[in-house]
Amino acid sequence: MAGVASGNDFQWCFSQVKGAIDEDVAEADIISTVEFNYSGELLATGDKGGRVVIFQHEQESKNRPHLRGEYNVYSTFQSHEPEFDYLKSLEIEEKINKIRWLPQQNAAHFLLSTNDKTIKLWKISERDKRADGYNLKDEDGRLRDPFRISSLRVPVLMPMDLMVEASPRRIFANAHTYHINSISVNSDHETYLSADDLRINLWHLEITDRSFNIVDIKPANMEELTEVITAAECHPHQCNVFVYSSSKGTIRLCDMRAAALCDRHSKFFEEPEDPSSRSFFSEIISSISDVKFSHSGRYMMTRDYLSVKVWDLNMENRPVETYQVHEYLRSKLCSLYENDCIFDKFECCWNGSDSAIMTGSYNNFFRMFDRNTRRDITLEASRESSKPRATLKPRKVSTGGKRKKDEISVDSLDFNKKILHTAWHPKDNVIAVAATNNLYIFQDKIN
Amino acid sequence: MKIHNSRTQRGGIKLHKNLLVSYVLRNARQVYIKEKYAEIYRMQQYEEVMTVCNEIQELNPLDLDAEDAEEERAACCGEDFQRGKEQEPAYYRSCCMEAPSPCDQLSVNINTHCNTTTVLDLDTHVVTTVDNGYIHQDCCCDTFQCAPSAQSSAKKRKMDFSYCTSDFDELQDFTTTRKRLRREDCLYSCQEFTETSNISTLISIFGSGFSGLLSRQADLEQICSKQALAGLGAWTRAIVAF
Repeated sequence: MAGVASGNDFQWCFSQVKGAIDEDVAEADIISTVEFNYSGELLATGDKGGRVVIFQHEQESKNRPHLRGEYNVYSTFQSHEPEFDYLKSLEIEEKINKIRWLPQQNAAHFLLSTNDKTIKLWKISERDKRADGYNLKDEDGRLRDPFRISSLRVPVLMPMDLMVEASPRRIFANAHTYHINSISVNSDHETYLSADDLRINLWHLEITDRSFNIVDIKPANMEELTEVITAAECHPHQCNVFVYSSSKGTIRLCDMRAAALCDRHSKFFEEPEDPSSRSFFSEIISSISDVKFSHSGRYMMTRDYLSVKVWDLNMENRPVETYQVHEYLRSKLCSLYENDCIFDKFECCWNGSDSAIMTGSYNNFFRMFDRNTRRDITLEASRESSKPRATLKPRKVSTGGKRKKDEISVDSLDFNKKILHTAWHPKDNVIAVAATNNLYIFQDKIN
Repeated sequence: MKIHNSRTQRGGIKLHKNLLVSYVLRNARQVYIKEKYAEIYRMQQYEEVMTVCNEIQELNPLDLDAEDAEEERAACCGEDFQRGKEQEPAYYRSCCMEAPSPCDQLSVNINTHCNTTTVLDLDTHVVTTVDNGYIHQDCCCDTFQCAPSAQSSAKKRKMDFSYCTSDFDELQDFTTTRKRLRREDCLYSCQEFTETSNISTLISIFGSGFSGLLSRQADLEQICSKQALAGLGAWTRAIVAF
């Protein structure tokens, strides 16, 4: 793949930032998911207010050919609204939990967006022509009196300003009792799965009134509950295979050909716990917050609170690689429990060639790991380093007593500035990093 | 606390988060109970041993000098401890594992699920670690069922008994540790005290959020949830009964 290399051979520089600069962040503006489409041309974000904003990559301008094109707003629409479950007296949040693009099959783009309970299929299409010369409507759109029409004419298509329309084509509702945490489009492009805390359902994109339940880990007695499903994903090539992770730090790979109900896994991935690192919070920090297959389909990556692990699908007893994201937080777990930060669910992502992985941390830091060279880098998404094409300076957190210059001490970290959602362009070295209500886009420097 | 607050949050109760919080509560509760039991057990044993030692000393008041008296007392305490062991019901069983030691003689039932247990002396604020094997909590996973909403049902109380049982195995080590702290030349001691990273971890845990654990029991009760305490009452009554 041309132009795709490890994350550390390139110099990351600032490209754009989207979002308000205001210090007071409205809760509804907090970005809750970020996703590139298959070509990387479109970048979608969802926020806590239920809105979806799609950015489109503009072609390089002739004036500045050394710079890659920018991402500009393409479409904005309200995907989900707050709802109320009258039966349980519960409010259903409109926060967009996940967005997943469908592979493009025609001129229109399709994506799935979900909140806690309902998944919606949206069609985003362009309209750059309009029909002019209707018989029954006049220019203003008012209906004409049919008796006054003396002659018929054929409407003519006239060019108009580009308009991007988003319309809900399917609504997949009422299939989840618990909060949906994942959706994943299958490689057959016909089905997708949705996962909540205890169940996983398989849907057909055309059928909204029913779905198949393929995993159910709800115990007969809820008091016996020991683990929940935290994430699920379809295999990128094998349409019969999917994985789901649990709060106990385990991953199960299931084959849908084996049985209709995939309660029995085909493979079980678990790393034995190190008894010496046992603490009050061992269960919390081992809970997996995200699982992602590599593009090749050979590996998968899991994110728990302190580390990222790469697993070979052929080896179940331990990961092949483990990367510490912010090990210096291990001694701070008690404070992080009290301020609820220990429950933060960080996501992780692969680059296009699977040679590098990226995940977020606190203080608006995000981390990249090169799998080949084993080098890692910490970068910061901040307004201060947001000059056009400014190269990002690597950051370092000092763990020892002596703090070097340019290092930041663990106690100075701002735990309200957390980067939970990141996305890597499927082909180029362009990354999108969501920092609370701002979306940062970074690119590598083209020499 | 967190579980209570989650009920009023938008979007309803988050099952995952509450499950994780219940794990933390369970872990904290285990530490609290260990301390409580260790305290009670220690007091009982101390009184028992002192009584016997005093009786023995009365038998030979003239032959012993101070030092010998100490050794004698320690030896007989050890013996008596052993005797006391056999007399005790099944709950008070030794838990020594990997290191061969005099304790092995006392081992009746080896609990292979113990770990580096850390004891916090609420009086002297000394934290000691005892190496035993695997973490105790794991062996309780099957019997101890954690639920986001605590119910004081009879079934749960029954499970708590078995939980208490396995807990007593570990108490043996606490008791031994405490004896050594008080009477250093006690021949009975069979455990090693090693400073591990667990201590610093536990101290930092105790030092910050769980600061109540360093102070009086009343403060501790403020930290623990009411549900935990409701269950504790049953356990305390069970201990007293034995």
